[in-house]
Amino acid sequence: MSVTTVPPPPPMIARRSALLQLTLVELKLLVRERGRLVIGIGLPVVLLIIFGSIPAFKTPRATYGGLSLFDEYIPVLITFTLALLALSFVPVILAGYREKGILRRLQTTPAGPVRVLVAQLGASVVLAVIRVVVVVVVARLGYHVPLARQFGGFVIYVLLTILALLAVGLFIAAVAPNGRIALAIGISVLYLLMFFAGLWLPIPSMPSVLQHISHATPLGAAVTALQDTADGRWPPVRQLLTLIAYTVGFGLVAARLFRWG
Amino acid sequence: MPAVIEVRHLHKSYEGKVAVDDVSLTVEEGEIFGILGPNGAGKTTTVECIEGLRAPDRGEISVLGLDPRRDRAELTQRLGVQLQQAELPDRLRVGEALKLYSSLYRRPADWRELMETLGLADKSNTSFSKLSGGQKQRLSIALALVGSPQVAVLDELTTGLDPQARQDTWKLIEGVRARGVTILLVTHFMEEAERLCDRVALIDAGRVVVTGTPAALAEQVQEEQRIQFRLSVPLDHALLSSLPEVASVSQSGDLVLVTGNGDALSAVMSVLARNQIVARQLRVEQANLEDAYLALTGNSGAGRNPDAEQNSAAEQSVDED
Repeated sequence: MSVTTVPPPPPMIARRSALLQLTLVELKLLVRERGRLVIGIGLPVVLLIIFGSIPAFKTPRATYGGLSLFDEYIPVLITFTLALLALSFVPVILAGYREKGILRRLQTTPAGPVRVLVAQLGASVVLAVIRVVVVVVVARLGYHVPLARQFGGFVIYVLLTILALLAVGLFIAAVAPNGRIALAIGISVLYLLMFFAGLWLPIPSMPSVLQHISHATPLGAAVTALQDTADGRWPPVRQLLTLIAYTVGFGLVAARLFRWG
Repeated sequence: MPAVIEVRHLHKSYEGKVAVDDVSLTVEEGEIFGILGPNGAGKTTTVECIEGLRAPDRGEISVLGLDPRRDRAELTQRLGVQLQQAELPDRLRVGEALKLYSSLYRRPADWRELMETLGLADKSNTSFSKLSGGQKQRLSIALALVGSPQVAVLDELTTGLDPQARQDTWKLIEGVRARGVTILLVTHFMEEAERLCDRVALIDAGRVVVTGTPAALAEQVQEEQRIQFRLSVPLDHALLSSLPEVASVSQSGDLVLVTGNGDALSAVMSVLARNQIVARQLRVEQANLEDAYLALTGNSGAGRNPDAEQNSAAEQSVDED
């Protein structure tokens, strides 16, 4: 009888495949949350359709560089769909993982809980990009909204916005003791940030004090920057720094505070 | 051969409250070793230190020659763990969970075969949230074994299971041991320890009270033998109570209850025989592990129904038991 032994794969490859497996599983789990998926993608699209059917919104205006109020509203809806994911969805999942002992269980495996967090956030980024594509495509095909004239800048700022929001989401997951509280905090922060992003009142129409506050919030900075790229301009560096500051700041604090069990 | 698990003078406190005072124990290769004790005794803290989830304040722990904190990467490859109350994502399916966990290990077991062995094959596509308590427990055992560990630590293996599922799980664990896996079992369920464990350590208030085989522990409290029988003819109690082996004699109707030490039975029987008295419906209550447990910990809460135990919230929060 011959015994064949399969040599173990080198640790790096094994680890990479573990991370890939974890990410794929997290992605599957995200997609299986049908209700949240439908709301997260559907709500911004419904808003898009409502605003798209108001004629006054679609009149080109000189103040927006020949674009209409509707065109300017697209970045708000993009940040809205991203914020729904990163602030009301991701923290609930992660706090739930901790509450249910899932992170602690993974702590006893070679994968370790950090890799699970990375996988979860990776899956969320993929889903976030899909959400943005849906909004852009519906706007483009349904309402002839042109793609951002500074498209490279648009892509960069969308990614930065996703990272900044996920950092805030991770922070909420770190401080919330359970899923319910994570949801409560997430939703509160979501609506606060969406106000400053101009969901109810466009930023240029805000009193100057609110405009200043708005520019200092992640979504205010994101919306302004995305509008700039729509108009074909590179956003000012301040926007870039604001988003990076939120990503790094909240990311580091979250990493320090995050408990596994 | 060096011990598989060696714990020496482990001490762990949380915010000034002592969870584990001084615990030492040794688990040999291939045995099922039980950690017994009431809630809040420090059982879970002890195994969490062994698993490397908690850093001991004092003391030394070696698992397969490894330090659970320093050698985490290597230890997690070789130590399978079933945690108390660890769930999985609701929508994760049984087959996916096993496949995922097997991908985390260097030399995983065949997860399909494991799924078959644990009777979960027909649940492969079922979400975790749709599983029964027994199925969840079997899945968590499967996940503890999917990395083909040399040692498995199982915390509260059958708590919350119905009697049938409990019996099935015990058979399963015996099968796991037969494959050469060393098992550390945390339980407060005496029947489980008696059935499965080669040796047990009884922990109370953060200290090991006694270590030994379940039978040896029971023998330590053997003096508490109780003999019960019905009389065919009246009996003078003095005949029995004068025996040095007998502690007390009492009677209600024709039912006599004699308590005494381990030799009381033969002494009582010979007295009855000499007097030509027939003892009907003779029952001897031998001390078992549960009696030993009760005698040695002075705890009346443990025993038949592990789910009914409720300790104070303060105690639970210290030990997370």
